[in-house]
Amino acid sequence: MIESNPKTISKLKSPKDENVRIGLYICNCGINIGGVLEMDDMIEFGKTLPNVVLCKKYKFYCSDNGQAEIAKDVKDGLVNRVVVAACSPRMHEPTFRRVLQENGLNPFYFAQANIREHATWVNMYDHKGAQRIAKDHIRMQVAKVRKLKALETIKVKVKPSTLIIGAGIAGMNSALDLADQGFEVYLVERELTIGGHMAQLDKTFPTMDCSSCILTPKMVDVSRNPNIHIMAYSEVEKVDGYVGNFEVKIKHKAHYIDQLKCTACGACVESCPAICANDFDLNMGTRKAIYIPFPQAVPGQYTIDMDHCIKCGICALPSVCEPGAIKYDEKDHFSTIKIGTIIVSTGYDQIDPTNLKNYGYGVYENVINGLEMERNLSSTGPNLGKPVCPSNGKPPHSVAWLQCVGSRDNREGYHPYCSRVCCMYAIKQARQYKEKHPEAECYIFYMDIRAFGKGYEEFYESSSHDFGIKYMRGRLAEIYENPDKTLLIRGEDTFLSRPIALKVDLVVLSTGVEARADASHVASMLGIQQTSDGFFMEAHPKLRPIDSLTAGIFMAGVAQSPKDIPDAVSQAKGAASGAAILMAKGEVEVEPYFAVVHPNLCSGCRSCINLCPYSAITFEESHKVAYINPIMCHGCGTCVASCPSNAIEQNHFSGDQLMTIITDVLGGLN
Amino acid sequence: MAKKESGNSDEFDPFILAIFCNWCTYTGADQAGTSRMQRPANLRIMRVMCSGRVEARFIIEALKRGADGVLIGACHIGDCHYVSGNHKTVRRMPVIKTLVEQYGFNPKRVRLEHISASEGAELTEISKEFVKELKEIGPNPRNKK
Repeated sequence: MIESNPKTISKLKSPKDENVRIGLYICNCGINIGGVLEMDDMIEFGKTLPNVVLCKKYKFYCSDNGQAEIAKDVKDGLVNRVVVAACSPRMHEPTFRRVLQENGLNPFYFAQANIREHATWVNMYDHKGAQRIAKDHIRMQVAKVRKLKALETIKVKVKPSTLIIGAGIAGMNSALDLADQGFEVYLVERELTIGGHMAQLDKTFPTMDCSSCILTPKMVDVSRNPNIHIMAYSEVEKVDGYVGNFEVKIKHKAHYIDQLKCTACGACVESCPAICANDFDLNMGTRKAIYIPFPQAVPGQYTIDMDHCIKCGICALPSVCEPGAIKYDEKDHFSTIKIGTIIVSTGYDQIDPTNLKNYGYGVYENVINGLEMERNLSSTGPNLGKPVCPSNGKPPHSVAWLQCVGSRDNREGYHPYCSRVCCMYAIKQARQYKEKHPEAECYIFYMDIRAFGKGYEEFYESSSHDFGIKYMRGRLAEIYENPDKTLLIRGEDTFLSRPIALKVDLVVLSTGVEARADASHVASMLGIQQTSDGFFMEAHPKLRPIDSLTAGIFMAGVAQSPKDIPDAVSQAKGAASGAAILMAKGEVEVEPYFAVVHPNLCSGCRSCINLCPYSAITFEESHKVAYINPIMCHGCGTCVASCPSNAIEQNHFSGDQLMTIITDVLGGLN
Repeated sequence: MAKKESGNSDEFDPFILAIFCNWCTYTGADQAGTSRMQRPANLRIMRVMCSGRVEARFIIEALKRGADGVLIGACHIGDCHYVSGNHKTVRRMPVIKTLVEQYGFNPKRVRLEHISASEGAELTEISKEFVKELKEIGPNPRNKK
């Protein structure tokens, strides 16, 4: 697996301290840094630092010209270590390392002082304070670069297979793109069928395409693709390993039906006496305890819902199930797969508006949420596409949609962000209802209509001009139920600055989307981060919106942030491309920050062995010393910090290097 | 915005060495910067890959050389990029605090905080609070000439 032997590292020549010639490059970053710091003073300060042979400033060192300036100094041999004082190393460390490498210098002779995110941007008005911090950050990195050692990156092989978690429209698109390129895809889906939320929608905005008509052929494509292994009704239990070589444990939940014997004839469903609420229809209709979620489900595997099964045994009778596929005692089973990359497309939960007491969701029968309306409008839904008031089963004459329910709401438990889909789905639903009932009154109560996508604004315009949907600007204050179960809605029309009270038959709360309830569990299992809104965090909000911070893990769809179907599909294709790049190259360079044991210092106490979360440390009986496998080591340095004999060093974060940072920056204090 | 004359006044301005883990707190500090969250200019940030790398001698050496405070930033428990490095740091803290005390320093000069990659605001608040607390404790006795 490892191509460069880590033992060669010691052979790489490191110049002695007195031969260290540091080039210090201070970036103005336009006015981000230059507008706050006194750059001439910074240059003068830089020149006083030990081993700094030249100190320059430039507008943008990340630009071509800026890089060329550093490249020239390196090539000419003027400097053999480089410090760039600029943005965060998390942004441009790879850029500058490449400059060193391309010009014949070991890329690890580079350090970046963060004087933008950690100085000028957090002290925009305290210029002296920013100057002081920037100087100290430069002092720290100059200290570090003096002590840095040449390192070789490790190359690890990337297995040509991907795990995709979540098989909604995003996960399916990623799966198809990767499978079509010849990579093996494991598509894990928690529910019984792939398809995700899109399968529950009736039509899609702004084209009014039938959602199932565009989704179900994709689902069939996924099931027919020989490179895609669909693992429905399964959940990821554990993820180990690192980019290129993940090992994943998957739980396959019991169907209580032997899928090899089942012919999917459906006779069991007819005979099942246990009727329960249909969760696919958001509990509005009913289904049997033995079921498939909807007729086009993929894979079309029947399952017994043990929460509702009364264990009467009828379905197991040979007269009902001829092949004898019913297996009441089936247990969950587990499998382990080895894959190279991971795409997280776990989707979203709909915001629960129950706690918004003023709207009466869950109390007033005729207040429903957006997804419930969607199922009502669907010809496969509980009312066969004819929305009715839940109180009397009659079609409503007047319907009001309330926007921004749970989103753009700073109250505890709700979300300040915009969910990005509710405006458009409300317009679409109102138009659909108007198409069916042209005489009906449709109102949309909104704060702003956000019709930002391709064709969206035109769709919005036409909904009022051509379909007569009435828009009222203002967030509703309260909903009351009349004795006849109609609803009185009260609020303010903020255009006319006057209160409104309106009687309607049905209210649809345009509920937004939120991160899955178990998103934090998924994040910690995968070692990825979440943003404060609970969605998964991208490596860079602008430039790497699909990568996670963990190499080899990408994300797609609403799992990363609220988005509509075209955006989710675009991101899914991006994620597939990100994963394919790694797998097509076949190998990936890993930063060689692993720890190394000095055998002649190791006392053989073995205290490090239990500390390692990756079991990378073993005890060599022959020499009575610890040994760290550089490939298995992830480079946290926990063992280094706890070695009582100081016998372990971490590459690039050695005790010597970190202590020099501390002593140098504090030496400057006195 | 009031301009703070920190450099030339006699007011005590604590020197804080901040040791942040790469994945959570360092990223959170980047996020604070990107969001332009203003904080007092006291934090000198050193990056390590994991808070588990933090050795007692880093802290003792910093205090011996005159740092007024040391702030260690780690992931929240359960969120460590390296599974459990931050657990080890948490368990090391009592020993570190004892050592700090034995060296004659107020153990309140050393803090471990769990700050995630999205918690720039928390970092800003914690920095302000720590600076305030250190001003109450006063300068590191080693700096008294």
